[in-house]
Amino acid sequence: MPAQQVKLYQIGTFAVGNRLLDAEQRTVQARMDRSNSLTSGHRACRGCGEALGARYVLDAAMRATGGQIVAANATGCLEVFSTPYPETSWQLPWLHSLFGNSPAVASGMAAALRAQGRRDVRVVGQAGDGGAVDIGLGCLSGMFERDDDVLFVCYDNEGYMNTGVQRSGATPPGARTATTRPLGAQPGNAFGQGKSLPLIAMAHEIPYVATATVADLHDLEAKVEHAMTLHGARYLHVLVPCPLGWGSASEDTVRVARLAKETGIFPVFEAEHGELTSVSRIRQRRPVEDYLILQSRFAHLFGEPRRDDIIARIQQQADRNIERFGLLDPRAQEA
Amino acid sequence: MLSQLEGSQATAKAVARCRPEVVAAYPISPQTHIVEALSDMVRLGELAPCEYLTVESEFGALSACIGASAMGSRTFTATSSQGLLFMAEALFNASGLGLPIVMTVANRAIGAPINIWNDHSDAMAMRDSGWIQLFAGSNQEAVDLHLQAFVLAERLGLPVMVCMDGFVLTHAVERIDLPTVEEVDAFVPRFEPRQLLDPAHPVSIGAMVGPEAFTEVKYLMHARQMQALDEAPSIAADFGDAFGRTSGGLMHSYRTEGADTVVLALGSQVGTIEVVVDDLREEGHAVGVVELVCFRPWPETEVRRALAGAERVLVIERAFAPGAGGILAADVRLALAGTGTEVFGVVAGLGGRPVTRSAIRELVDDVRAGRLAPEGTHFLGLRTDVVEHQLRRADGPRPGPHAESVLAELGIVGSGSH
Amino acid sequence: MDEPFAITLDVGSSRANKTGSWRTERPVYVDLLPPCSGACPAGEDVREWLYEAEDGAAGYERAWRRIMAANPFPATMGRVCYHPCESSCNRGQLDEAVGINSIERFLGDEALRQGWTVGVDVPATGRTVLVVGAGPCGLAAAYHLARSGHTVTIRDAGPMAGGMMRFGIPAYRLPRDVLDREVARIVALGVRLELDTKVDDLDAALRRDGFDAAFLAVGAQVGRRAHLPAGSAAHVLEAITMLHDVAEGERPLLGRRVAIYGGGNTAIDAARTARRLGAEEAVIIYRRTRERMPAHDSEVREAEDEGVLFRWLSTIKHVDGGVMRVEKMELDDTGFPQPTGEIEELAADSLILALGQDTDLSLLDAMGDVEVRDGAVEVDATMMTGRPGVFAGGDVVPGERSVTVGIGHGRRAAAYIDAWLAGLPDRSEEVRRTAPFERLNTWYFSEAPRSHRAQLEAARRESTFDEVTHGLAPDTALYEARRCMSCGSCFSCDNCYGVCPDNAVLKIGGPGHGYEIDLDYCKGCGLCAAECPAGAIEMVPEQY
Repeated sequence: MPAQQVKLYQIGTFAVGNRLLDAEQRTVQARMDRSNSLTSGHRACRGCGEALGARYVLDAAMRATGGQIVAANATGCLEVFSTPYPETSWQLPWLHSLFGNSPAVASGMAAALRAQGRRDVRVVGQAGDGGAVDIGLGCLSGMFERDDDVLFVCYDNEGYMNTGVQRSGATPPGARTATTRPLGAQPGNAFGQGKSLPLIAMAHEIPYVATATVADLHDLEAKVEHAMTLHGARYLHVLVPCPLGWGSASEDTVRVARLAKETGIFPVFEAEHGELTSVSRIRQRRPVEDYLILQSRFAHLFGEPRRDDIIARIQQQADRNIERFGLLDPRAQEA
Repeated sequence: MLSQLEGSQATAKAVARCRPEVVAAYPISPQTHIVEALSDMVRLGELAPCEYLTVESEFGALSACIGASAMGSRTFTATSSQGLLFMAEALFNASGLGLPIVMTVANRAIGAPINIWNDHSDAMAMRDSGWIQLFAGSNQEAVDLHLQAFVLAERLGLPVMVCMDGFVLTHAVERIDLPTVEEVDAFVPRFEPRQLLDPAHPVSIGAMVGPEAFTEVKYLMHARQMQALDEAPSIAADFGDAFGRTSGGLMHSYRTEGADTVVLALGSQVGTIEVVVDDLREEGHAVGVVELVCFRPWPETEVRRALAGAERVLVIERAFAPGAGGILAADVRLALAGTGTEVFGVVAGLGGRPVTRSAIRELVDDVRAGRLAPEGTHFLGLRTDVVEHQLRRADGPRPGPHAESVLAELGIVGSGSH
Repeated sequence: MDEPFAITLDVGSSRANKTGSWRTERPVYVDLLPPCSGACPAGEDVREWLYEAEDGAAGYERAWRRIMAANPFPATMGRVCYHPCESSCNRGQLDEAVGINSIERFLGDEALRQGWTVGVDVPATGRTVLVVGAGPCGLAAAYHLARSGHTVTIRDAGPMAGGMMRFGIPAYRLPRDVLDREVARIVALGVRLELDTKVDDLDAALRRDGFDAAFLAVGAQVGRRAHLPAGSAAHVLEAITMLHDVAEGERPLLGRRVAIYGGGNTAIDAARTARRLGAEEAVIIYRRTRERMPAHDSEVREAEDEGVLFRWLSTIKHVDGGVMRVEKMELDDTGFPQPTGEIEELAADSLILALGQDTDLSLLDAMGDVEVRDGAVEVDATMMTGRPGVFAGGDVVPGERSVTVGIGHGRRAAAYIDAWLAGLPDRSEEVRRTAPFERLNTWYFSEAPRSHRAQLEAARRESTFDEVTHGLAPDTALYEARRCMSCGSCFSCDNCYGVCPDNAVLKIGGPGHGYEIDLDYCKGCGLCAAECPAGAIEMVPEQY
């Protein structure tokens, strides 16, 4: 048996690091010299998926560029918890302007760098789903269609968490938020609304679009690394569970993200120039109920009366994703 | 070098000679000719290095300028009217962050009703945005002010709005003395940012500030704005030394020596007023005019000094605050409080309505003859028959005492032909 | 630069904000007892030696030395142990247990191949200990005592060392050269081995030779006799005697058809040995069912593969002249076999009794202070008999009997003897919490692709077959070792370091002290604990 195959049985394939792996095969997060682009002392909630995701993404981008990253940040949790005067948690050049303009700010930064002839320094734009999917969509779409040299990252926690958990265009159907309370006959957020920003990004046929979660660091880092090898507009959509807004336990942040992928609710894929190029297959398929039940924003579906009809509709959405993106391993399907 | 140029073309050339590295703009009349010309220059390589971003909105335009400016590049944009309002959030942000962006505002009315013609409603609506607001009286001054604006902005770390009247200036072809590239290079120093996004020296720009320091931050913004009251005249003086003409500064006084009546106004209408003043002086009337260049920061002391000797001051302005009245007039009244000088506030030229010599002459005569009440806000050339008819219309909600009597009492409705 | 006040901040300044004050629970790294080690009668730190083995060739010797810290017979036990470690292995609940036993054999064989040895690393104590019995228990005790610096003498009545390892286990399961070389390694430590030296009177022996302490490990070597009516023409043997004779090179005449009476491992060994001695038919007669048979399942399967027959729910009523009368039994509600009165006749040339073994403790007759009850020596929690300084273990004390248990007794007794000689107080072994499967986050353990699994199973099958087949190939052993999930103990996967949203896990580096929680910033979210694959972090309430 060749030595390489032996490694298949190591934990390193899924865990952050592994003493048995070559240093180059470990994640950036396993390194003692990682940038910690977002460092300790920030005021994110316990178990915040966004704080985790932002460090994952930026550390990977820093590593890929030798530390030559500047970031533009939209208003939102990520901004508020990281930079309350007199303290900032960032360890890279970072600019917060407004809620809805971070893609345009990033475009301006990239334009300045181009004019200055500094090709070594790269721009990352960041926003939550509010700043990207909703209020910032115009600027983001402009950044995409101009193909500005920006990696734009949306940390999607499926709602306006900073303002007290209101519905956003990324809030899933059935979910309770402060503006979609399950009152009267309403089962939380309505079906048939909301939008998939990754698919919108793909429609711009930009060089690179990818989705990821905080549950698969290797995948996430590989995508950031790949994105940084490309120029032009790139979009990364990272699912970051929010213990506060989702009503999940703080220690379950990674688990919930993992289930989002394993249920098919959140398809993890890559696309280049508008064409799907790869998907992260489901490893251990699970029913959506396993995902929903961990989150109190869906608790009304499991109360009295139990809303099996809604759960079934959510399952249908997951099944549709599975079919649409080919999320199941064909071999597993045969079996 | 003298040449016949459209105001927009001249402005674009002046801006280009200031070597902006990033221009981001969105089309809106009457500003478009300026950025079209800049786009051409970038495409032809005449303006290089420079990136021209065709953004998706004015909000995006100024936002891109914010990013570029923080990245250490000299940055320019231009807009008008609705576009300026669409930028509103970013305007306050740019000034709050202390980014020295220069923007041309080709002044235009604000809808509804939609109207593309000139007045000053747009700039006035943004008077509290923390930007320095300079008003050009002519295209020559517009050209000159852009040079001074970059110097002023970068010296203070504040954004500067150069206002020039839409169409009246932007689309007017005039003889303009356009500074040469060498002259501009000598006058506008290299941009040395106060703060910079630099991987070698990382900082976080745009922190969230709570009650414990917000007042201080805002006070410092105010203080820096007030510094412009010293810097702008100083830069204008330097400009005079370098180019041999008077341009910019805080204000220009014209034949105000010994004047019993002084007209104060912003922008291109001052030229018309100067002609009326010349006529009045020839007839022996002691009338002068003050053209205010710098509206924000508000040069209160200088305004008082310039006007306090007059018996009366007539403020003619192309914008007003609905429900309150004249904007500039209110500031002037405050500046002259306690001096005994009477201030007459007249709103004129809204939405592009011409402000003619004869109308101004008549207005000045009325004021000097005591036919105009010093209180309240007067609307020059208001078609009272139309508004009175409308206010009395039977259908619709009845105008109550406010509309009918209170406004009448204040003299707003019944100011004759004005 | 003259940066704007409060708008622009110097990076990393939030470290002044000690978010640790938010915490209500703190993560604590724990080192729980893995089920494998917990189940190992020999007391091996299975997880720890697997950890070393995971490094491959560079770690094999370290792994072997960690085994040797508990068990001086890796190559032997890698063959004959019934590996309760694997039965309890948490990985069995995920896919299949880690093949611990086969890796142990691989390491044991590797040691023999490489000639790795152990030495005595402490100064001689000058104390002398007599070990009675050169079986697994006595040899293990002698080994540990010798490594502790004591002068050890082993006396055994037999001609060769090894006890039941030599005389109870057939050679097809344990080649003699393997045993010889592992015994030789013990003797090489300076242990004095006196064979053919039966201790008839322990009290006298101690007095005569002035030993400071003694360890009694004579085993249970007397075949138990059932009250079996047998005619004069019956050819009845005891399994233990038969196996002993075979081990000494004899070939007892058993005939063509051999019946074996009993349901333990010895019955299986006897049947498989009978087949090897030429019996065409070897039938095991057992009064209960296969499910209730004490013999190890893998042994039964191998016996079946070799053609051994079984007759379940049967008792022998009478035997004589090649004919046995067998009564059918049935299990009652309590699972106890009850006679049915249904009798059958069965032809058998010889009957081998494998009904258990008894001890011969006549050497204690003169020691009134050592209590013997039901053929077993009474010992206290430190394995000491009523006579101070005299300890006993292995098959002579009550409890489960196996080679592995014997080795474990030897190890523990050696520690107690060492403490007693040093005048140290009794040290009961610390009770450690075990790491159950539920603690693990098994997401992080990758599945074995099918082709690999097939290879693995083939390798395992080979390893548990007799010596005609080989042990694990090095790659397979490595692969198998790396399937260990390190239950309850950190194995440096960096997950905690990676998943902390607050960078509050510090990576110190270096094995054994890899990480520390930075309590200045840890908010107590519990992600590190939840995502620890090994379940080696737990959340503990803060005490305010």
